[in-house]
Amino acid sequence: MASTATTDVAEVSGHDAHGGMDPNENYLTAGKGIMSWLITLDHKRIGVMYLIAVILAFFLGGVMALLLRLELLSPGRTIMDGSTYNRVFTLHGAIMVFLFIIPSIPAAIGNFILPIMLGAKDVAFPRLNLLSFYIYVVGTVFALTSIVTGAVDTGWTFYTPYSSTTSTSATTMALAVFIMGFSSILTGLNFLVTIHKLRAPGMHWRRLPLFIWGMYATSVMQILATPVLAITVLLLAMERTLGLGIFDPQLGGDPVLFQHFFWFYSHPAVYIMIVPGMAVVSELFATFSRRAIFGYFAIAMSSLGLALLGFIVWGHHMFTSGQSEFATMVFSALTMLVAIPSGVKVFNWTATLYKGSIWLTTPMLYALSFLVLFTVGGLTGLFLGTLATDIHLHDTYFVVAHFHYVMMGGTVMAFLGGLLYWWPKITGKMYDEGLAKISWALVFAGFNGVFLVQFIMGSRGMPRRYYDYLPAFTRYHAFSTYGSWVLGLGFIVFAWVLIKSLRSGEAAPPNPWGSAAFEWQTASPPVLQNFSKDLVVNRGPYDYHLATEAELFDGFSPEAEKHD
Amino acid sequence: MNNETVQLPAQWSTFAPEVDGVFYFIYWVSVVMFVAVVGAALYFVWKYRRQKPGEIPEPTGHNTVLEVGWTISPLVLLIYLFHVGFQGYVNLTMPPANAMEIRARARKWSWDFEYPNGSHTVNELYVPVNRPVRVVISSEDVLHALFIPEFRVKRDAVPGYYSTLWFQATRTTGRDTQAVRFYCAEYCGAAETAGGPSNPREGRRPEYDWTGHFSMGGWTYVLDQADFDRKMEELNGPPTVNGREATPAEWGELLYRQQNCNTCHSVNGTAMTGPTWQNIWGHEVDLADGSRVMVDENYLRASILRPNAQVVRGFQPVMPTYAGSLNDRQIDAIIAYIRTLH
Repeated sequence: MASTATTDVAEVSGHDAHGGMDPNENYLTAGKGIMSWLITLDHKRIGVMYLIAVILAFFLGGVMALLLRLELLSPGRTIMDGSTYNRVFTLHGAIMVFLFIIPSIPAAIGNFILPIMLGAKDVAFPRLNLLSFYIYVVGTVFALTSIVTGAVDTGWTFYTPYSSTTSTSATTMALAVFIMGFSSILTGLNFLVTIHKLRAPGMHWRRLPLFIWGMYATSVMQILATPVLAITVLLLAMERTLGLGIFDPQLGGDPVLFQHFFWFYSHPAVYIMIVPGMAVVSELFATFSRRAIFGYFAIAMSSLGLALLGFIVWGHHMFTSGQSEFATMVFSALTMLVAIPSGVKVFNWTATLYKGSIWLTTPMLYALSFLVLFTVGGLTGLFLGTLATDIHLHDTYFVVAHFHYVMMGGTVMAFLGGLLYWWPKITGKMYDEGLAKISWALVFAGFNGVFLVQFIMGSRGMPRRYYDYLPAFTRYHAFSTYGSWVLGLGFIVFAWVLIKSLRSGEAAPPNPWGSAAFEWQTASPPVLQNFSKDLVVNRGPYDYHLATEAELFDGFSPEAEKHD
Repeated sequence: MNNETVQLPAQWSTFAPEVDGVFYFIYWVSVVMFVAVVGAALYFVWKYRRQKPGEIPEPTGHNTVLEVGWTISPLVLLIYLFHVGFQGYVNLTMPPANAMEIRARARKWSWDFEYPNGSHTVNELYVPVNRPVRVVISSEDVLHALFIPEFRVKRDAVPGYYSTLWFQATRTTGRDTQAVRFYCAEYCGAAETAGGPSNPREGRRPEYDWTGHFSMGGWTYVLDQADFDRKMEELNGPPTVNGREATPAEWGELLYRQQNCNTCHSVNGTAMTGPTWQNIWGHEVDLADGSRVMVDENYLRASILRPNAQVVRGFQPVMPTYAGSLNDRQIDAIIAYIRTLH
């Protein structure tokens, strides 16, 4: 591993003969027909299948969000009854969390790009990788089954004893979450082993792309936290089906115990969702500033710091729950510490821009949106970590706005930015930059239209998960709903950008952004084995001053190599 | 005068100024941080915008002082924030010993409040002004939470547990002003119901007939002490029977059972733990101290309020006092009932 290469250019050496398909053929055309996709072991194809799945899930959850906002346009009944509303907001939350956001960046983008970034031919366990995709699919089928068999009305948090007693399909949804957890665990395990064992010669830890550091921290959390969720929802399913008294006081259980179990997973899950977003924007800031991220080591370690802190702050979801005052005090103090690694990242990204060469492509606009919106999301977290103010704000729209600024303003913006950034690599096609900028503007404006006003609504006392509200809140709700239409329009334009690119986008060069990072040093789309020759790394992924002109503009495309 | 702001509802309790102070402190710290970070980022984006493709900016350097500085310095602010937040929280969880106690029972989907004199209100909360009130909360089914934004208090109702919150309201609302709303803040489902929301003051809203988490609330009325006492009296006034106000005797018979007088006093001549009430009115009885007394209004009232001062011979002085739990009108009603027992 310890490469001591000192030359200025990345050397290319060795060449693996590969049986069967031509390893130098592009991964999209090597292998034809539907079966070549369904039983593929290629991490890139599995990543693309995940990508399609999570985009469909995002569409489903997004339509539900628009319906919820439409219902809340005016007080009283607008388009649906109270029970339907409860089912729709539950499904919106469960789909967005478990089907979309947790697998979005790691399983879709990560699967595609992580081995390439490491200079590996594939992940460590390709079959396990395919298995984790199919486990996700089976979990999704369970989730969709629960929708058609009466849906779930518990909220995505499944709080007991409501969830132990509701007549809706909570058991099916609990099993869906249980199953999908294994997909998450296996992906995390696969990534950890891949990062440890399959780095190209010279890719030592100090040269790892920050995306990889983020994936590393995420994988650790997925492996350690997800089993707790699995146990929790399994106990819930057993309580519902076998009458086992764990959480329901009628059966001798303890409802607050469920909250401890649930948040012991679901707080780390928050970081499973946001750390990959941070990982993506670190790449975007580097490429579009054309320089190394300021404080590389601090950003890498802050991801691990967030992973560690994520495990010891779960009680801050329970300040009003009846947990002991002492626990409440300790969790509040620990929660304050989360601001340190979060702040370090934001400060370092900002400092990276200083004296850079800023290229405002659409992915960079999304990265800057992440910086702005995550800052809002993080700072409003201070109100919620501070005990005196949390008691007032707990379970109001302030919390709804806060976590949407982090999850959607953070992770979704990073996902959209990352998707466009790596789109040429994944598909081999460029997208329409002008149209993409229009969709960015609509998404950014619409997002703030929906959620900024929810902070005010919440701090004025509007509780969350309310089907109906007092007339005094009408103007805030109406404004939020108007924002959701702008946001929805933005996503329609975004979808059109992708469709247009697939249909008529011009062929992408290997390195359209002139990036020094290694995934751009192969063809677009990559060849079957990622690099036509084994990669030997002798500089960091952000060392623009050490990269050759060929690396920055052509990458190691087969065409470029012919000139060697 | 109620200090309502764009972001926060009117201040109606002793906590509100303290909580709002912390809120606005964090708010202004956040505004400064946001403007500094985003302002710097936008300035850099403009100032260092790409001049031509392919330019290589100077490599990123190191600045250990800066990095360590912005890692360590937020700690000062965070420790201060924790401190003020915890201080406020301690106040929120430590009711004074002399607080008046109200029992709140949550169920799908209404709140039942029980006051010290035994009276109840449903989905309406009456509290005295300028007096600490401790609310003991429980739930009969699933999780609920009592949330009163104007007081800045919130606490979950957990089945199988008692939880408490307390507050001291600082201004009156009057009996009819709907200014201080209380809510359920923990999701608890919904169902179709024939009657619509059960809050008596809001009536039925014709456009839907759903109750649930979202309708599980009502108005809090803050009254001055005299008005509050009168309201409590009224709540304990005669009930309605057959669509009219009960007569004093009918009400007394009701109280005889509600207040559990019947566990010690019969009305058919049988001596139980205490003397029977039959044929007691207007007769003289022998007392334990050897004297005799006429059973009239004054003797009955005294026996209810100070039961063991004049005990009838042959009985033990074991009756508890009803001072504080029966008001004058209720005592009158019981006397009226006893007069009918010939």
